[in-house]
Amino acid sequence: MASAKTQFGYRRHPDQDRAAQNPAEHPVVVVGAGPVGLSLAIDLAQRGQRVVLLDDADRIGEGSRAICFSKRSLEYWDRLGVADRMVGKGVVWSVGRIFHGESQLYQFNLLPEDGHKRPAFINLQQYYAEAYLVDRIGDLSAINLRWRNKVTALESRNDSVVLTIETPEGAYRLQAQYVVACDGARSSLRQMVGADFAGQVFEDQFLIADVKMTAEFPTERWFWFDPPFHAGRSALLHRQPDDVWRIDLQLNRYADPVVEKKPENVRPRIARMLGHDKFEFEWISLYKFQCRRMDRFIHGRVIFAGDSAHQVSPFGARGANSGLEDAENLAWKLDRVLRGSSPASLLESYHVERSAAADENIRESTRSTDFMAPNSHQEARLRKAVLALAKETEFGKRMVNGGRLSVPCSYDSPLSSRDADAWRAGPSPGCSMLDAPVATGAGEQAYLTDAFRRGGTDFTLLSFSNGAAIDGPDGVKEIRIGEGGLADPSGLAAKRYDAAPGAAYLLRPDGYIAARFRHPTREAIAAALSRAQGLN
Amino acid sequence: MPLSTASNFARPDDAFRAIVEAHRGLTEEQSADFDAALVLILANHIGDIDVLREAIALAKRRMIDGQQQQQQQQ
Repeated sequence: MASAKTQFGYRRHPDQDRAAQNPAEHPVVVVGAGPVGLSLAIDLAQRGQRVVLLDDADRIGEGSRAICFSKRSLEYWDRLGVADRMVGKGVVWSVGRIFHGESQLYQFNLLPEDGHKRPAFINLQQYYAEAYLVDRIGDLSAINLRWRNKVTALESRNDSVVLTIETPEGAYRLQAQYVVACDGARSSLRQMVGADFAGQVFEDQFLIADVKMTAEFPTERWFWFDPPFHAGRSALLHRQPDDVWRIDLQLNRYADPVVEKKPENVRPRIARMLGHDKFEFEWISLYKFQCRRMDRFIHGRVIFAGDSAHQVSPFGARGANSGLEDAENLAWKLDRVLRGSSPASLLESYHVERSAAADENIRESTRSTDFMAPNSHQEARLRKAVLALAKETEFGKRMVNGGRLSVPCSYDSPLSSRDADAWRAGPSPGCSMLDAPVATGAGEQAYLTDAFRRGGTDFTLLSFSNGAAIDGPDGVKEIRIGEGGLADPSGLAAKRYDAAPGAAYLLRPDGYIAARFRHPTREAIAAALSRAQGLN
Repeated sequence: MPLSTASNFARPDDAFRAIVEAHRGLTEEQSADFDAALVLILANHIGDIDVLREAIALAKRRMIDGQQQQQQQQ
């Protein structure tokens, strides 16, 4: 990875000169400079907040780790100004194939339609994603990123949190109105607030290797049950940039991790899979997967996001992507609370929405992992029946679970206003906005997600023109489709939103739907806005 | 639509017999494999998760009642 900087220096900050009893005060401190913490810091800074971002290391972690970034994550990164670079470097994919033994059971396409700015997924090594986010932070003077700053103690007060931070030059203290812990599955802040992290550990072990080789496999996700090269178990092959390939191999639950991880033992397994041994290892790791979550994502003024709050098995790309959804859900709420434009109780909706999302992700990834590694003789028998039926029935194919890939959750949320009108389709309140191609007045091709981003990713009324513009509440941005606004030459915007002229959707600053109206009135929009802002 | 527990076959004996005969000549292991496939096929045909859950609850209840009866007889 020659093209990206990965090693960063520790730099002393004047905050460290303060006396311990008189620590510097900051509105928000984010702990952990992984994809979630970096993205959250950028989002907050773009909204006008000053952010201190702490990381205990001084370099971007080695090993590929997360590789699949979803359409939703890319749309978020678009708003953070980094998606073009991610997509430019990443490999774009939407097709997956499932094999049983020698033969293909079925293939799926995660985005079988046109008219979206971003693809279903890209694969990109996590270290590239982090490096690009760190570069972006270099453009934002509102973020102070401090490497080799390790939080060693946390004191919760009614109106603030005081952190003790260890550096190469000794310890110092910082006071923050809010602390967001994005410090990963082994979160030390989680331990400091005394929260537990309950869930399930799967017994089967999985070997994950990134190998470098030139190969002719297509850019697709290939998953095998009981392949000839790895009898009785499952395997996954997935392309990454730079001729690097992700390989997952299921091992038995009694395999000795130290022995299995040795390159001389991994090499023959992978050579059997590939049919040759012309490859080099980039990274080898052995996992027992876990699905766990915190009971509460908010502990006083300490808020948890990403793996620190919830952990899933990797089949389904629900780890990093759900962490990024945490960040986009939290950033606008925290910004409003820090400004005093919404009460602190708005933050509770972060816990409500994202803990329900965590439950959904855990449920999906648990089902996938159980299907791959049945827990009992009878579960294995049912799986065998499904795989056999899949050869000749559609329903059998649909039951085969080789990972259900991340899609945005829909929130049953106190911030949503219920539909008062009848809708046949379109995203209902609590769902993520859908993209669609549009054209500007000058005839330039654009997308709805672009229009939302250009508007400043704030509360936005997406309306389908019908004569005079809607007189919306103050401070709400507007995207008009039709007369006086953006054109919808393909008709896809109206179709995807089930919108006749006059219809309008109220979008939240994270691009989720707060409310929708067939015939909006100023009062109805104002009521929905106020609810979505946590004001009533 | 709730789970139907009325008798739905014109000739229930034929249905019972068809299932019994399908198991003839199978080992315990093969019978269990066969049942697993049959359950999945029928569940998909029903295609209603609430009906399936009701059916699962009924089957579990009968199993528990059966075990209690056995214990009482012992």
